[in-house]
Amino acid sequence: MAKLTIDDLKKIKEKVHKEMSLRDGKRRVKITVHMGTCGIASGAKEVMNTLLQEIETAKVNDVVVTTSGCMGLCSREPLVTVEVLNQDPIKYEYMNPNKMRQVFKKHVLEGEIQTPFVLAKGSEVIK
Amino acid sequence: MLELAAHILDIAENSVRAGAELIEININEDTIDDLLSIEIIDDGQGMKQEEIKKALDPFYTTKTVRRIGLGLPLLADATQRSGGHFNLESQEGKGTTVQAYFGHSHIDRQPLGDIINTLIILIAGNPDVDFVYKHKYNSQQFKMDTRNIRKEIDDIPINHPEILKYIREVLEEGFNDIKQ
Repeated sequence: MAKLTIDDLKKIKEKVHKEMSLRDGKRRVKITVHMGTCGIASGAKEVMNTLLQEIETAKVNDVVVTTSGCMGLCSREPLVTVEVLNQDPIKYEYMNPNKMRQVFKKHVLEGEIQTPFVLAKGSEVIK
Repeated sequence: MLELAAHILDIAENSVRAGAELIEININEDTIDDLLSIEIIDDGQGMKQEEIKKALDPFYTTKTVRRIGLGLPLLADATQRSGGHFNLESQEGKGTTVQAYFGHSHIDRQPLGDIINTLIILIAGNPDVDFVYKHKYNSQQFKMDTRNIRKEIDDIPINHPEILKYIREVLEEGFNDIKQ
């Protein structure tokens, strides 16, 4: 395989620019994977990998992924928060790659909250 | 923590919370001297003298949501298990450096694990932070610097799937080169 160069990056840039002008890339969903020591130790890394893969395969550009720290519920990690624009955030507990795929396909893409995995609705209050 | 990559992710997330803008991750594998070192350098807010002393205490944390903080103690313990040592330096307002040394061939040294995905997660989750990754394997080494990538892509966010794919390929190439 030929070595990747800055030129390859320029090609990607042009391609992405074209796509951006075709589609409205406004942020619709924000997904937060809680990545504290507890989350990482219980598999948040694999959950995040799966999520990034799913986003790449689904070719969506209105989903933002971010990481955050521990929120004090270490025993229920890995935790994932899905926040659809103008809706209450939903927190999912005990996540794994399979559950993440399901949540992404059903909740993020189709808007159907996956109640069996839900820990809570709404944002946490940090004292 | 099953692999060293998880420790790196954990410590680098600490750096992000400390407001770092640039995080350097250096891995040095030396099979001749039988040493593996991991260095994580950030330019975050740093720690006070008394905080540095308490940082390795599992019952000390700066967080208010829980009473324990295991990230650094777990890493320090992992180094000692493999006959290595751990070093923490920090200056308030300047940043923090974490150095972890392991016995490369020691049976209790965790495997390095999936470094590529760890870096991708860090970049994807923290698009405002720059990362420099250097990996040295005996005499061979490679380097990845997100600042160079950022210069080329103008207004495209660094966490765009296509850019992440590019970074992944660059890292895969780098790893192939040094492990030959």
